[in-house]
Amino acid sequence: MTPATGRTLRKILAQYQKELLGDWLQTQLAASTLRPDLMRENELREQSRELLALLQSAAQNGNLEQTDGPEWAGIREFLARLSRSRAQQGFSSAETATFVFSLKQPLFTRLRTEFAQDAQGLADEMWIANNVLDRLGLYTTEMYLKGREEVIQRQQREMMELSTPVVQLWENILALPLIGTLDSERTQVVMESLLQKIVDTGASIAIIDITGVPTVDTLVAQHLLKTVAAARLMGADCIISGIRPQIAQTIVHLGVNLSDVTTKASLADAFSIALKRTQAKLPPQMGTTS
Amino acid sequence: MEKIPILKMGRFLLVTIQVDMHDQLAMQLQENLTDRIVAVRARGVLIDISSLEVVDSFIGRMISNIAAMARVLDAETVVVGIQPAVAITLVELGLSLEGVRTALDVDRGMAMLQQQLAGQR
Repeated sequence: MTPATGRTLRKILAQYQKELLGDWLQTQLAASTLRPDLMRENELREQSRELLALLQSAAQNGNLEQTDGPEWAGIREFLARLSRSRAQQGFSSAETATFVFSLKQPLFTRLRTEFAQDAQGLADEMWIANNVLDRLGLYTTEMYLKGREEVIQRQQREMMELSTPVVQLWENILALPLIGTLDSERTQVVMESLLQKIVDTGASIAIIDITGVPTVDTLVAQHLLKTVAAARLMGADCIISGIRPQIAQTIVHLGVNLSDVTTKASLADAFSIALKRTQAKLPPQMGTTS
Repeated sequence: MEKIPILKMGRFLLVTIQVDMHDQLAMQLQENLTDRIVAVRARGVLIDISSLEVVDSFIGRMISNIAAMARVLDAETVVVGIQPAVAITLVELGLSLEGVRTALDVDRGMAMLQQQLAGQR
């Protein structure tokens, strides 16, 4: 048995680069996964050419059994860049991986003509080529997912920053309109910004408005109570407002104890009681219209 | 040996905790404070922890204990100057200092005690 050396594979990659590229492009352009709406043909041609050149140089210098060596760093970097840009262009992960996998057909055709008489050699060499392309394809998918995850994480961070405004309604009165679900990470951010604002403004009452919180379960309620407790430690009373009828029902059904906290149905009610408690004086032009 | 100073301000006592607490210091503070409350017939105790950046369950419990002792001696305790990070830590530890009054700073704490004293008369 001849050892699986990959010598022929290297030779083909070096000698028939142009022909391979031509065949490969033809396959890709004919395939159903082609997305002319997302990408122009010459861009695809450029990427194919670059990948083939990188594959050739990597295969020439590096080990075909392991695609994580330093010789493969160039092609890995190229694939990472490619999958990230394809993720942003709107390709699916299958379409992105197919870009690499579609090289198999032209490459295997070359191998077959090369090993016309030698079935054993052909099988060995094909196995190597198959392995290399599989690994590169899987790597592409991995990078694609990573690119997607980065996008998601960035959006999460941005949402987090946008979603916790603390506004001063009046002297000594803060309002915290919450929008979206409260998870533990967000609660932490909400708490921090609220407490910091209490320190900055010296407020004695904080109104937490949950009109924009879609559902309140035991966890969300617990987070709310934590925020209230932390604000109390800073010497500020909390009023929870904007409790919708369904949420009131859920809270009671869940057995959440909100009896220590002042609750109001609307922000207006909460504000008026906060004004009363702080004994705030309205400026004359506001209070004496009637 | 470090010692936590207890200052008398009118009918109130002001305790400013500025060093890391440990068992012995806490015991000593409890002893000194209860002595002083009785000696000056204090009606209120202000504990200022604004210079504490880190708290643990030990300090949380100690503060609760001091408040309970002071209440027995008819003096209201107000804890003032809790930092945001400290407040979050205490809540996460499950120590929300129930039964202890809190205020943002010494000024407000003092006002709170005075108001209460006026109400009792």
